[in-house]
Amino acid sequence: MNRAVLSALLSHWRRAPLQLLTLVLGLALATGLWTGVQAINTEARSSYDAAAATLGEGAYDQLVPEDGGSIAQETYVALRRAGWQVSPVVEGRLAGQRLVGIDPLTAPGALAPVQVDGADIAAFLGAGEIFGRPEVLEALPETGARLVPDPGAAPGTALTDIGLAQRLLDRDGQIDRLVVAPGQPLGRPPLAEVAPALVLRPAQDGSDIGRLTDSFHLNLTAFGLLAFAVGIFIVHGAVGLSFEQRRPMLRTLRALGVPLRRLLALMGAELLGLALVAGILGVGLGWLMAALLLPNVAATLRGLYGAEVAGTLALRPGWLLSGLAVALIGTALASASAFARLARMPLLSGGQPRAWAMGAAGGRTVQTLAALALLGAAGALALWGKGLIAGFACLAALLLGGALALPLLLGLVLGAGERAAKGPLAQWFWADSRQQLPGLSLALMALLLAMAANVGVSTMVSSFRLTFTAFLDQRLAAELYVQAADPAQAERIEAIAAPATREILPLASVDRELEGAPGQVQMARDAQTYRDNWQFLRAVPGVWDRLAAGQGLLVNEQLFRRADLDLGDALEVAPGRALPVIGVYGDYGNPSGEAILGEEAFRRLYPDALPLRFGLRLPPDQVPALRAALEEAGVPQAAMTDQAALKAFSLGVFERTFSVTAALNVLTLGVAGFAILMSLLTLAAMRLPQLAPVWALGLTRARLGRLELIRAVLLAALTALAALPLGLALAWILLAVVNVEAFGWRLPMTLFPWDYARLGLLALLAALLAAAWPAWRLARTPPAALLKVFAGER
Amino acid sequence: MLLTVRDLKKTYPGAEGPAPVLRGVDLDLAAGESLALTGESGSGKSTLLHLVGGLDRPDGGQIALDGEELSVLDDAGRARLRRGTVGVIFQQFNLIPSLDVAANIAFQARLAGRHDAARDAQLAEALGLAPHLAKYPEQLSGGQQQRVAIARTLSAAPRLVLADEPTGNLDEATAAHVLEAMLALVTGSGAALLMVTHSQALAARLDRRLHLTGGRLA
Repeated sequence: MNRAVLSALLSHWRRAPLQLLTLVLGLALATGLWTGVQAINTEARSSYDAAAATLGEGAYDQLVPEDGGSIAQETYVALRRAGWQVSPVVEGRLAGQRLVGIDPLTAPGALAPVQVDGADIAAFLGAGEIFGRPEVLEALPETGARLVPDPGAAPGTALTDIGLAQRLLDRDGQIDRLVVAPGQPLGRPPLAEVAPALVLRPAQDGSDIGRLTDSFHLNLTAFGLLAFAVGIFIVHGAVGLSFEQRRPMLRTLRALGVPLRRLLALMGAELLGLALVAGILGVGLGWLMAALLLPNVAATLRGLYGAEVAGTLALRPGWLLSGLAVALIGTALASASAFARLARMPLLSGGQPRAWAMGAAGGRTVQTLAALALLGAAGALALWGKGLIAGFACLAALLLGGALALPLLLGLVLGAGERAAKGPLAQWFWADSRQQLPGLSLALMALLLAMAANVGVSTMVSSFRLTFTAFLDQRLAAELYVQAADPAQAERIEAIAAPATREILPLASVDRELEGAPGQVQMARDAQTYRDNWQFLRAVPGVWDRLAAGQGLLVNEQLFRRADLDLGDALEVAPGRALPVIGVYGDYGNPSGEAILGEEAFRRLYPDALPLRFGLRLPPDQVPALRAALEEAGVPQAAMTDQAALKAFSLGVFERTFSVTAALNVLTLGVAGFAILMSLLTLAAMRLPQLAPVWALGLTRARLGRLELIRAVLLAALTALAALPLGLALAWILLAVVNVEAFGWRLPMTLFPWDYARLGLLALLAALLAAAWPAWRLARTPPAALLKVFAGER
Repeated sequence: MLLTVRDLKKTYPGAEGPAPVLRGVDLDLAAGESLALTGESGSGKSTLLHLVGGLDRPDGGQIALDGEELSVLDDAGRARLRRGTVGVIFQQFNLIPSLDVAANIAFQARLAGRHDAARDAQLAEALGLAPHLAKYPEQLSGGQQQRVAIARTLSAAPRLVLADEPTGNLDEATAAHVLEAMLALVTGSGAALLMVTHSQALAARLDRRLHLTGGRLA
């Protein structure tokens, strides 16, 4: 019996291949977008984990200098002698790669690439070995050490013995931090006694980099979910339609003796098979998408957060299985209501198929209440919600509420059109459009979500771009930036540049904890350039004078918000030294807290942190001459960056940041367009009984086809209009709620009417293209098919 | 006795209160026998057929089919009965639109687990369907579709054939031909036939004739 029933059920798809395509492709696209995002996230996270495992970040307590400098060899020896089980780490950049030196004899087990009791320890310590990914090793210069490829190593990182690393980095006797092994001996003297200049940074649950990039991944996950939701709308429609079209067949099957439970089980098995096929297709699509986008994501994370992510994709069972699971869960969600209807379907009720999803009045009331409740919840969360999760919950409630409200809104507009219509044809057109609404509502909701996401994200990105460009103009005002190799060269640079420049801006900084989190203290000379170009979010009067006089400091917005500071509040910038906050500046693209001191104050507090970098102000046409003079004095070209190149690099980093979201935007809009096409095609067959009487009354088939086209464009235009305020609300939540929670800064929101107009035109074009084929098919419907309606043979 | 119906009652809810359709029907049908059921529109002929076929449940009375009491059967039991013992020929054909004629004919026999390809070929020949086996229902005329429905039922070789106006969509000559073939095939297999019809001429060709009026058989 099972084979016979299954063959009957499956035969439906042979006769309705388009519907099968809708179902499989909708689910595959939804799964693909979700899986692609998951693949990117998993790949990036695994890179952080590899980095954390190599560098000991997060897993172990660490001792770091309180003033942000380096640790002397003697301090390390003193700690070891006092019984502290610590292991030294030094790191720096060699030929663009991160070189990390560790001591395998004292390092906690998981950190070292070789085992102490193994035969290879001698090679590691003796002639010297450098471990790393093949591409990293390839980039290193000739060092004399043996290169050992290790695909499991952290991306962009080479690992070697600390002695060799100190030699290669030219940092003999210097240590950056000490990893504290778990299980320290009891009775050892306190840290303050042995090494008072060091502080203990406790182990963290996740790596520093991991937490910094969480916001970016959350953003991606939200987009993945949104795209998945759009796909599920399509699957829901396709499953509902297939059940509705097969209703007479299902009734016949039951009349012929197929038990209801068996029928439900077999239909479940059928859907399971289709979901698996679509899921596998989707996972493949997702993999392809991730492989295409991953290099950009890697560049984004490297540029934005300094995190190293492998630029190639590995096939990981985690996201593969999660993709399949999501396909199955999505199918179950999308088909639950269809199964419930089938289970309740009486065996002998009226035989004619009804148009699917023709909502009853009761359903509309529930939908209205749900839409209002969700929009209310979104408002409440926006006003009173706290944290990133609340921000995203607010987004979800807003989008879902907006989607549910759409058919009701369109119904009202079409009803008004009907009342205002003059001629009978116009009246029929509006009334008929309203009748089509339930059948098209799922596709229109998908379009609304896709367009709102587009408006929201493009507003956010464009606002960011505008603010960021202004910020770059402000922060990169100097025409030429020069990096000195050592203090002696720095002095020579100042001497050579002085006659050619109108201002020299020395740049110095130290890394130190600010309000309990890693941050940086920078130095700013009292210069006209800063006074002319810097804009403050908030500042006291005479801020530059007070900064130059050492009467206060400037903080970036993220530190200001995170530490809940106010103007006048004191901030500790050196051990035992606090200064009042006198200004707050926007600092986009930087996740850390930052404080700026006047030159005098900085030099007094950090006499060892000499400026090795300089911003030089001079007429742009004199830049090449100065570069040549500096090069003659031994400054390599690579150490000089002109402003245009630096800006281009910074903007490039920013553009890549959002290229992933832009790609997802386009894909989502494409999926929505596909939903409209499939809905129109599948509804076309059910339209004949509605259109045949109008045809019989004197309208040509071609005219009916044109009216169908106009109807689709009208509905898409109304949806686009509804998507605009929804998208702007989405942008506001992204900029004012999510962005503040995720990145620590709030961006001014700017409107871009031309972008929205272009997007609206794209949506109309998508609707026009989607409606063209069904309309063409209608215009070519044979009169015999229309006559069948009257013959009662349908 | 193959079919025994005693004091069968059925009421439907109506706009002006409950509307009794069957008010106590008694009926016997032996194997190999054919019985015509006539009556006005709305007299309850189709309802009686649906109750006997296990498609619906009565409000009172008993139906025993081949010694098995239908009222004690659950949904699965009644589905088994429809699959194996009863064959229903519907007025609206109820063919499966996505299966071709050959697959439609074989379908119920496959469900019942007694498919016989030779028998299908014989049925197709007898009912004039042999040239149409590869076609789909929508490509057939109403009369051809009805013959497919008849062939589907007879292919499963049920003990009792229930036919609801099986020739209602056919012209007089075709109807006579189809009925002839159906009678020969049903009675030739030892099954019983209970047929609902409006046509007195067709009813006259069956072994017995009963008229349903006012919810009772006359």
